Amino acid sequence: MSSILIAITLLATLAIIFGAILGFAAVRFKVEGNPIVDQIDDLLPQTQCGQCSYPGCKPYAEAIAAGESINKCPPGGESTIIALADLLGVEPEPLDAEHGAEKDVPMVAIIREDECIGCTKCIQACPIDAIMGAAKQMHTVIADECTGCDLCVEPCPVDCIDMVPVETTLQNWHWDKPENLIATSEQPHEENLEQGVH
Amino acid sequence: MQTITLHSFDGGIHPQENKHQSTQTAIAQLPLPTQLIIPISQHIGAPADVTVSVGDSVLKGQQIAKPKGFISAAIHAPTSGKVVAIEKRELPHSSGLEGICIILDTDGKDQWLEEINNGSLAINEYLEADNELLINRIRDCGITGMGGAGFPTAVKMAVQNRTIDTLIINGAECEPYITSDDMLMRERALETLRGVQILLKLTSAKSCLIGIEDNKPEAIQAMEDALHKIHREHHIAVVKIPTKYPSGGEKQLIKILTGKEVPSAGIPADIGIVCQNVGTCEAVYHAVAEGKPLISRITTITGESIEQPQNVEVLIGTPVKDLLGYAGFKQEKSLFQKLLGSKSKTESKPRIIMGGPMMGFTLSSDELPILKSSNCILAPSQKELPANDLASACIRCGLCTEACPAELLPQQLYWFSKAGELDKAEQHNIADCIECGACSYVCPSQIPLVQYYRHTKGAIKDERAAQQKSDRSKIRFEARQARLDREAAEKEAKRQARAAAAEKAQAAKKAAAAEALSKQTTESAEGVDENTSTDAPAETKNPEPVDLEKLQKQLDAAQAGLKKSMDKVAELKASASEDGVENAPIENLDVFEKAVATRRDKVKLLALQIAEAKKLAPPVKKEVSREDIEKKLRAQQDRLAKTKERVDLAKEQGLDSLPALQKGLDKQMQKLKELEEELAQFDKAGA
Repeated sequence: MSSILIAITLLATLAIIFGAILGFAAVRFKVEGNPIVDQIDDLLPQTQCGQCSYPGCKPYAEAIAAGESINKCPPGGESTIIALADLLGVEPEPLDAEHGAEKDVPMVAIIREDECIGCTKCIQACPIDAIMGAAKQMHTVIADECTGCDLCVEPCPVDCIDMVPVETTLQNWHWDKPENLIATSEQPHEENLEQGVH
Repeated sequence: MQTITLHSFDGGIHPQENKHQSTQTAIAQLPLPTQLIIPISQHIGAPADVTVSVGDSVLKGQQIAKPKGFISAAIHAPTSGKVVAIEKRELPHSSGLEGICIILDTDGKDQWLEEINNGSLAINEYLEADNELLINRIRDCGITGMGGAGFPTAVKMAVQNRTIDTLIINGAECEPYITSDDMLMRERALETLRGVQILLKLTSAKSCLIGIEDNKPEAIQAMEDALHKIHREHHIAVVKIPTKYPSGGEKQLIKILTGKEVPSAGIPADIGIVCQNVGTCEAVYHAVAEGKPLISRITTITGESIEQPQNVEVLIGTPVKDLLGYAGFKQEKSLFQKLLGSKSKTESKPRIIMGGPMMGFTLSSDELPILKSSNCILAPSQKELPANDLASACIRCGLCTEACPAELLPQQLYWFSKAGELDKAEQHNIADCIECGACSYVCPSQIPLVQYYRHTKGAIKDERAAQQKSDRSKIRFEARQARLDREAAEKEAKRQARAAAAEKAQAAKKAAAAEALSKQTTESAEGVDENTSTDAPAETKNPEPVDLEKLQKQLDAAQAGLKKSMDKVAELKASASEDGVENAPIENLDVFEKAVATRRDKVKLLALQIAEAKKLAPPVKKEVSREDIEKKLRAQQDRLAKTKERVDLAKEQGLDSLPALQKGLDKQMQKLKELEEELAQFDKAGA
C-alpha cells in the first residue's frame, strides 16, 4: 500500500516540478508574434504582385497562417506550393487558375524611355520601388530589382512599359537537364554497342 | 631529380590516351588567316572594354580591349590589320550564346607594335624587378590561365594576406588526345622554366613542384635539361607522377604532390598553394621578358578525321575551319550527330569538339574562333567517339562512385538531380564536383551524368540568386511600406497641428475681444441685460435685439461660406496629392484660398461685433450665491414691472407691437418664476 502512495507522491511531485519549469519557460521564452508567418513569408517569392488578392507577400503569409489555401501564388508556382505544403503538413493542391498562370520564364519590366511622359504613375504602382524617375522626367526600371510583377504595366497612360523575358547571358546560363531518353524506346545505333574509346 | 613522396587521389580512370598521334611532328605555325574573330569575354570575370572602333587599323600586339574591373583581362590584336566590325557573334561556349566580338581583317604584314618590336617593354632584370611592376605587366599583357578555365593570372598572383609556401606547376595534361602542354615542354622548356622563376618570385614560395604524368618522358627529360641549364634554382623540382585521369585537375594534382586537400568551397591559396599551368608560365615569360601580350597559343588538332594530327601555334581568334583546313579534315569520316538545340532533329553536321573528349564541348559550327583557353580541337570519327544518344536505366552498379576523384556519390547525385531535389544534392556536396566526366565514362548505362550535375549546379545557383533577390525585394517592400506609413502619419500630424493652431488662434482672438469688451463695459455694467444667457441672446430686452439677431445670422452664413471654401481647397489638394504631383500648381487654388481668407476675415469681424453687441455673457459654471439670485430676481421684477407698463401703454395706444410685448411679458413672468424656484431650491440646499 505504502509503495503505491510513494509512487503517487513521487509522480505528483514530478508533475509539480515539471509544471513549474514549463510555466517558467512559457513566460521566460515567450515568442512575440507568430513565427510561422515568417517561415511562410520566406517561402513566398516576394514579388509583391498581389495576384493572390492580398496586398503583398506578408499579408498572404498571414492569411495562410490563418487558414487560407496555399495555391494562390502564380509567381511561386508549383515549387512554392510544394514547399508550403511541406512546411504546413498539408496536401499540395494544384495552382488556383483564378489568380493567374505560372510563367515559364522570369520576366522584367522595360520602359520605352522615348515614350515615357513622366507621369510617376508606375513609380507609385511599383511595390518595391524598382522604378526611378521624377514628375515630368523620364522613368526607368532598375532591372536587377524588378520582380516582374506586372503591376506597373496597367497604370501607364501611354502604354510604354513592356514585360520581357530576362535575357540569358554567359553569367546566368546553365546546362539544360538531359532529355529523359529511354534506350528501349528506340533501337540503339550499332556503333553505340562498340566501345570506341575503351 | 628530387625524390618526393607522392600521394594518390581516390578514384580516377585510365582511358585510352590517344596522345601519340599528335606528337609526331614539331609545333607548326599556322599561316595567317584572312579574318580573326576575337571575343571580348575569353576569361572568367567581366568582359573587357573595347578600345578600338570599326575602321581602325591596328598593329600586332596593340591592346584592343582593356580590362574592366578587378577580375578581367585585356585583349590584344593578334596581328596587324583593320577592325571591320564589332558585333555579336556566336561564342565557342557550350551555351551557344552570342557575345561581342571584334572582327579583324588581317593585312598580311604581321607588323608588331613599335614598343614591342624594339624591346622597350621588356623587363630584362625581371628576377630583380619589383613585384608590382611584374604583376602590372602580366595584367597589361592579358595573360589568363591556359589550362582551360581562363582565370586572369595577374589576379591569381596578386593574392594578398596569404603566405604561399608551394607553387605547383601543372604539366600533367591528363585528358586523352591533348598534347599541347607536352609539346610546349618538349620544345620550349627553357622559356617555361623562366616563367616559373617569375611566378616563384611573385609568390615568394619556398618550393616549386612541376608535376608531369609519366606518359610524357620526352617532356620530363626536356624540363630536367632546362632545369640544369638554370643551375641556381634548387628549389624547383620536376616530379613524375603516375598517369591517371584526372590527375591534371588542380585539386587532384595538389593531393598527389603534397598530400594536402583543398577545403570544400575553398581555393588552393587557403592551404598555401598556388597552381599554374605550364602554358601560362611560358606566356608570363614572354610578357615579362619580351613585353609580348598573349596573342597566340599552342593548340592540338587531332582525331581520326584529321589527316595530320599535330600541334599548331595559332593566333587567338583564328576560326576553327582554318585550323581544320591546315591539318586536313576528312569530313566523310567525321562524326555526324544530332546537334544540341538544332531546330530540325534530322539536321546533322560534322562533330568538332573544343577541348578533350572528357570535358570538351561540341562546337555548333567551324566558324567559331580559338580562344586563349582552347587547348585542343578534336574531330573524331564515328567509330572513335560514338555519340551516346540513348541512356539506359541506372543499374546501381556503383562504378561511378569508384571512379569519382572528388570522393562524391555520383549515383546519389544523379537521383537527386533527376528528381530536382536541389537541397539534397547540395548536402551531398555537388559543388565539389569537378565535372571531369569519369563517372559518365565508366557508366555502363551511358547516362550523361555530368550533364545532370552541371544542370543541377546551375539550378542551385539560380535558386540561390532567386532567394537573394526575393530577400532584397522583401526588404525593399518593407522599406516602402514603412515609408508610406510614415508619410501618412506625418500628413495626419500636420493636419492636426494646423487644426489645433487654428482653434487656439480663434480662442485667443475671442478672449482678447472679450477682454477689451469687458474693460469697456465694466463702468456701465450691472445695469442692463445681465441675464442674457449664452444660448438665447435674442428676444430679451436687449438694447439692440434686432441688430444682434441680424449679426448672428450673418455670422452663420459667413461661417457656412468659409467652410465651403475650405472644403473646396482641401478637395483640390487631396486630388492633387492623389495624382502624386504634390508640388505642381493646382488650378484655381489661389482663387479659392483668397476666398477662404476674405471669408475668414468676415467671420472674425462678425464675431467681434456680436461679442460687442452681446456684452459679456456670465460664465456658465459660475459659483452662484444667494445674493446673486436675489439680485437677479429683483432685476427681473423691475423689468417685469417695466414691461407691464409698456404693455399697458401699448394697450392704451393700440400699438402693433402689443402681441410681441405680451409674449415678452409672458416670458419674463416665466423667468421670474424660474428664478423664484431657483432661490427656493438654493434655500433648500443650504438648509
